[in-house]
Amino acid sequence: MTDTPIDKAVQRTPEGISRRIRGLSDRAIAWIFVAPTIFLLLAVNIFPLIWTIRLSFTNFRVNRPNNDVEWVGLRNYQRILTDPDIWNTMQATAHFLIWTIILQVLIGFALAFLINKKFKGNDLWTTIIVFPMMLSPAVVGNFWTFLYQPQIGLFNYVIAFFTGADPASFSMIGDVHLAPWAIIIADTWMWTPFVMLICLAGLRSIPDSIYEAAECDRASKWRQFWTITIPMALPFLMLAVLFRGIENFKMFDLVVQLTGGGPGNTTTLTSIDLKREAFEKWRTGYSSAYAVILFVTVFGLASIYVKALNKVKER
Amino acid sequence: MSFSVTEPNPATKWLAGLLVVGYAVITLIPLLWIIATGFKSPTDSIAYPPVVLFEPTLEGYVNLFTDRTRATEQMLAEAGPPQTWYDEIARARGTVISGPSRYGERFLNSVIIGFGSTALCMILGTAAAYAFSRFRVPLKDDLLFFILSTRMMPPIAVAIPIFLMFRNLGLNDTHIGMILLYTAVNLSLSVWLLKGFIDEIPVEYEEAALIDGYTRFQAFYKVVLPQAATGIASTAIFCLIFAWNEYAFAVLLTSGTAQTAPPFIPNIIGVNGKDWPAVAAGATIFLVPVMVFTVLLRKHLLRGITFGAVRK
Repeated sequence: MTDTPIDKAVQRTPEGISRRIRGLSDRAIAWIFVAPTIFLLLAVNIFPLIWTIRLSFTNFRVNRPNNDVEWVGLRNYQRILTDPDIWNTMQATAHFLIWTIILQVLIGFALAFLINKKFKGNDLWTTIIVFPMMLSPAVVGNFWTFLYQPQIGLFNYVIAFFTGADPASFSMIGDVHLAPWAIIIADTWMWTPFVMLICLAGLRSIPDSIYEAAECDRASKWRQFWTITIPMALPFLMLAVLFRGIENFKMFDLVVQLTGGGPGNTTTLTSIDLKREAFEKWRTGYSSAYAVILFVTVFGLASIYVKALNKVKER
Repeated sequence: MSFSVTEPNPATKWLAGLLVVGYAVITLIPLLWIIATGFKSPTDSIAYPPVVLFEPTLEGYVNLFTDRTRATEQMLAEAGPPQTWYDEIARARGTVISGPSRYGERFLNSVIIGFGSTALCMILGTAAAYAFSRFRVPLKDDLLFFILSTRMMPPIAVAIPIFLMFRNLGLNDTHIGMILLYTAVNLSLSVWLLKGFIDEIPVEYEEAALIDGYTRFQAFYKVVLPQAATGIASTAIFCLIFAWNEYAFAVLLTSGTAQTAPPFIPNIIGVNGKDWPAVAAGATIFLVPVMVFTVLLRKHLLRGITFGAVRK
């Protein structure tokens, strides 16, 4: 018997347990470590998913538990895909998605490009710029309604100050034409830093030697930007676009607090519409089919996303 | 500093700095406005043109933490002189404090659910990440993709069956239910991030420990865990911020006992309709901790938001 600390620890461990632990193969340990995670995800994600798929073929309603549940086959899906209201919702979502991505990529990339000029204190300012995206979208979205108030809102005041319009003459969240832009502005304010951070990583991953070589070949700065900077940062840009795309496709909290989907249905994004069907009209079967359609869309986007992730990782 | 063709010249740096600082200032205005509004009186908060310089008052904070009722002159006279400074603020508006508001409870719920789910998530996540990083797990890539894909699901779509399931299990509007749910949502992030951090720890350390007679478990918690401490801490902060900010599940699955602050803050109403200083005060108390955490996290932000893919 030696007296190393490990041996002491071994001696102190009760006989039965120590034999059991020592006897475990790596494979068994791997399973013990992974199993709880997989189990919890199965219970909280996959089991409900299967349940949703099952419900989507029925006319079940949560608020009428005594009604007979009938199998309706694909009728829910058929109704959703032919419903003009749903297509309006999809259009509102697409409008929101496209403009937020365009604005965020343009501003985010420009910011990253400027920060990459390595001026003094750029780290500090980067951290400050990042603040909005870390905050609770619901709480911040609610406060944006205050900024958007006609007459008293700060946003209206600033716009009026620069354009000379009457600050009480327009309501960002009350006007059918302005409301879609109100949510785009708030989302862009919130999530541009996200695109900026990823672009910054992309720009910083480009080795200086490439620019030095281009400089030796007398390539102009303009040309360097289009033939070196953009292509080399592109995978990162794609990653940012995909991620924002997925996140904004399921956007709920910020917009529901800002406009609640109104006025009319102009800012009713898919998640808000689904919430109304499922938790206000309680059409559980119908909304389950709706949810399944969203799942499939997001799952498709997600698998592209993971491929893009792996591509970036290889760099 | 030696001369380099890739080093921008001072004028460029100046201009870039100026533009970035300009953007930062504009982006900060809404946040500063929240904080400022919290200290405004109701009249100042809705003044036109908006006031930047004002006499700060704690009225918003008093209104946030108390319930008040309107009182007649006579009632005020009978109640005697105000006992405390917050009583005095309420009296000045012709109201008396009838008791504490719900905000304290909701905030506490956020703390319990946030920290509870983060702790559970870190325990499960570290173990799974270690296994994925070090062992040959069958179908590893598929399992990792499965774990990530759970994060991509729209919360409202998942909420329908979870609502039904929780109702059958009696978990609706309970702390345990919300902790389990947020843990499940955060597991994807913690497994992916932690796997990245553990991948960076050289395997040789553990091999040396194993040769010295450590068991796998001992090697895990005596060698790997201390090395991964920074990574675990920053992952934990990310999970905490997510649970802290989450709104969709909270608004659908909780209403009373386990409701967190985000669904509560927007619904704060005063005696005369929406009480913006109180809302702003509630938001300030809720948002400032996250800003502090953001500063602590700044080195790992990029990693966190890309699930560990971009490391810098």
